[in-house]
Amino acid sequence: MLRYAARRIALMVPTLLGVALLTFVMLRIVPGDVVEVKLRADGGYVTQEIIQRERARLGLDKPLPVQFLDWMRGLVTLDLGNSMWTGRPVAEEIGTRIGLTIQVALMAAIISVLIAIPLGTISALFRDTWIDYVVRIFTIAGLAVPSFWLGMLTLLLLLTVFHWSPPVTYTPFFESPLQNMSQLIWPALAVGYRYAAVVARMVRSSIIEVMREDYIRTARAKGVFERLVVSRHAMRNALLPAVTVVGLEFAFLIGGLVVTEQVFNLNGIGRLFVEAVSRNDFMLIQALVMLLAVVFVTMNLLVDMLYGVLDPRVRHG
Amino acid sequence: MTKLLSLDAMTPPKRLAGEEQPLLSVEDLRVEFATSRGVVRAVDGVSWSVRAGETLALVGESGCGKSVSALAVMRLLAKPVGRVTGGRILFQGRDLLALSESEMRARRGREIAMIFQEPMTSLNPVLTIGTQLAEPLQIHLGMSDAQARARSVELLGLVGIADAERRLGQYPHQFSGGMRQRVMIAIGLACNPRLIIADEPTTALDVTIQAQILELMKDLSRRLGITLVIITHNLGVVARYADRVAVMYAGRIAEEGPAERVFATPRHPYTVGLLRSVPRLDRARGGMLETIEGLPPNLLAPPSGCRFAPRCRWRQAACDADPVLRPIGDGQSAACHFAEAMPPPAEPASTEAGAMRHVGQPLLTVKGLKKHFHVPLRGFFGGTATVKAADDVSFTIGRGETLGLVGESGCGKTTVGRVVLQLEKATGGAILFDGEDLATVSARRMKALRTRIQVIFQDPFSSLNPRMTVGGTIAEPLRKRRGFGRAAAQDRVAELLDQVGLLRDMADRYPHQLSGGQRQRVGIARALAMEPDFIVCDEPVSALDVSIQGQIVNLLAGLQARLGIAYLFIAHDLAVVRHLSHRIVVMYLGRVMEVADRDTLYAAPLHPYTKALLDAAPIPDPAVERARAPRALKGELPSPLAPPTGCVFHTRCPIAGPECRAEVPSLREVRPSHMAACIKL
Repeated sequence: MLRYAARRIALMVPTLLGVALLTFVMLRIVPGDVVEVKLRADGGYVTQEIIQRERARLGLDKPLPVQFLDWMRGLVTLDLGNSMWTGRPVAEEIGTRIGLTIQVALMAAIISVLIAIPLGTISALFRDTWIDYVVRIFTIAGLAVPSFWLGMLTLLLLLTVFHWSPPVTYTPFFESPLQNMSQLIWPALAVGYRYAAVVARMVRSSIIEVMREDYIRTARAKGVFERLVVSRHAMRNALLPAVTVVGLEFAFLIGGLVVTEQVFNLNGIGRLFVEAVSRNDFMLIQALVMLLAVVFVTMNLLVDMLYGVLDPRVRHG
Repeated sequence: MTKLLSLDAMTPPKRLAGEEQPLLSVEDLRVEFATSRGVVRAVDGVSWSVRAGETLALVGESGCGKSVSALAVMRLLAKPVGRVTGGRILFQGRDLLALSESEMRARRGREIAMIFQEPMTSLNPVLTIGTQLAEPLQIHLGMSDAQARARSVELLGLVGIADAERRLGQYPHQFSGGMRQRVMIAIGLACNPRLIIADEPTTALDVTIQAQILELMKDLSRRLGITLVIITHNLGVVARYADRVAVMYAGRIAEEGPAERVFATPRHPYTVGLLRSVPRLDRARGGMLETIEGLPPNLLAPPSGCRFAPRCRWRQAACDADPVLRPIGDGQSAACHFAEAMPPPAEPASTEAGAMRHVGQPLLTVKGLKKHFHVPLRGFFGGTATVKAADDVSFTIGRGETLGLVGESGCGKTTVGRVVLQLEKATGGAILFDGEDLATVSARRMKALRTRIQVIFQDPFSSLNPRMTVGGTIAEPLRKRRGFGRAAAQDRVAELLDQVGLLRDMADRYPHQLSGGQRQRVGIARALAMEPDFIVCDEPVSALDVSIQGQIVNLLAGLQARLGIAYLFIAHDLAVVRHLSHRIVVMYLGRVMEVADRDTLYAAPLHPYTKALLDAAPIPDPAVERARAPRALKGELPSPLAPPTGCVFHTRCPIAGPECRAEVPSLREVRPSHMAACIKL
């Protein structure tokens, strides 16, 4: 198991390297850079000379391989460089905002999974009854509705019914947890709906499959209470594939937050991402993409590790 | 035993003298399954009963309704497709079908336990054996964790699992198939039930393990006074253990009665046919196996009148009327108008079909064949282990000859077949086909040789492409490899279908529209399309029902006689192998134990393993079975990762001495043209 984990962690390096290279190259292929956006935005006339000087200051005039190596050297020493727009360290830009994003993502994930597992199970156990149909309609809608649109609807609803609009600044969690949670629950729900839908559908189909297994019949033949057949015999097996989805979808959840944060006026990573892209802030974009990539690979690894814990066949295999 | 009872504080069910009230009686049971193509009456008015302390065998081929009627007793039919539409199931005088679900649940595992066919899938893979064993104890008997644990240890001991304390903490995948079935039996016994229903309890197991499990079940049921219902397709299995036998066919009971009577004087043509079509080790080998021609009826639209009539050789006009199951004396009943006139299941006229053998240069020579697999070991420091799937295997096959390759699962017989086919590269040794070494010939030459070597696989369900018609499957090699035009290929396909006994219009059908036996015929036709000199048959009949098995064996024998094809016939069933083979190789854990002519091997086996295999094979005759001593072979197949030193068989060998651990016995000619690898001979 340890060996396996070590190997998997080692394998993360080439994956991340690939992501880094791809991001770097793609940003450079797209025409335009931060200097043009910055200077043109000020309006007025800018000489080519000023542009050149600014580029030189930011290191954009160096040959691409050198720029890449500089960036890599920074990454290895955990120095993400400075934002090309604000000039502040990238780590600081991300650091001040990441807490909020993580909180919303975790809230969304926890609420979704807590809803999805019982929902999927009930749907499977009452397969082809009205309960199942209601759940299936609910989950299909979750897949079909984009989270930003749902976010906008939520906002409208809150505004017209409760006369509540998102605050300009959010209360930090440690100041007033309750107030903070009541503010963040709406974006969490908006972005978590899809997550809940995906997980619930997975749980449903996997419970249906497991309930057909021979060992379920064995459990019933032993006279085990139906409740125990489901909770002890079926759930543990059915949750194995669900764990994969929970892990992978968590990474997608952060992607979904990019837009939802805009809608709810949340100053998180997603918003930072949008700003960085619109400003062509290469250093910041690169760092954010790498961050997401790390989250993604780490979730993958955690899922596989969790498999080992949940499934004795993997553990002893 | 006394310990068991004291802990349990329960008296075993007593069998009262002259107790006539059956413990369980199924009366006029009807079960339907709703399928997309219509309603299948899987069980159609079936009655059987079993008295306390008795062992009843429900016998029949797949789809006859035997398992369904047992699941109906447990009320475990797959909902909502399967449902009981009529009849009663009386257990200790109460109708189980009238019980509430919770009353029924309280009886499952407590009063009636069930053991299922597939030990590999019947235990929950993510729960420990201890948890699964303790469940019924805690639910039905309200035991505490400690009590349940103590009783679990006792139960595992009872079913012959050593080191029980430690094994309770293990998971099913850490047990072998035979061991898992022992665990299933322990779970069944947990609450001292009155009745155990065992659905094909040994079908998935090797023959030596099968004998152990059956012996265990019979012994325990006698000692604990448990009534047994054994469901099986194998008449041999029940001959030794059953008191009564009920033969089912197409959702109905064909015949029912005391085991000796049913085996000695069967009163239904289906029983007669079944008994005749099983190849038997205790009788002279006939030229052709007797078979029951045709297929069981489709229960979506069963024929009116006697359901067996279309396949019955004694069919008469009266058979258009539905025969009722009626008593015919000596406790026997049969559902046949002519039950009294049934001939005895005498052995078929035993004319040795002139077994053709071409002498001369052998077609295939395998010399010192080795196939080793490297398996990564788990653990932090890893490393690899070597599994010697085949070690120093040598044999020859002449033109038109059949060599039988026999052994239990894991003995390497399939690996040898795959290496001969060049699907695996040998680790060492030589394979000469018609004088050419297959390991060294050029890829081009190999391609040419491949057409002369064909294969028939075990599983007729997965070895045919489900999206190709039968005709397309057979025509493919003709068109791609032998350059047939479309029309020529079509003609040849029709000829091939004739040859394997299929109708020509089946060329347009897809595999799922065919039965298992028909699919296997398609597989044979596909192999024949290349006009091979040699076919590797890898367990070609082991997935088929008894009556179908005989048809395929006969077909293979007939084709050999006509076309002079040589076979490497790989199988675990000694009786089937004997029927087809000229010479036989017995393998165990990758090594050849014995090589001999068929008649010599079966009449005078030398190696203790061959003797044990022959001894373990059940014979469908209660008189023979009951007279013989309990089987000698103990223990499990050792792990191929850590095979025993010296003779690989010494751990299970009844005559092994300390010297067997030291030396690997070489295969030597003990008697003229009879080789064995044992130093004790």
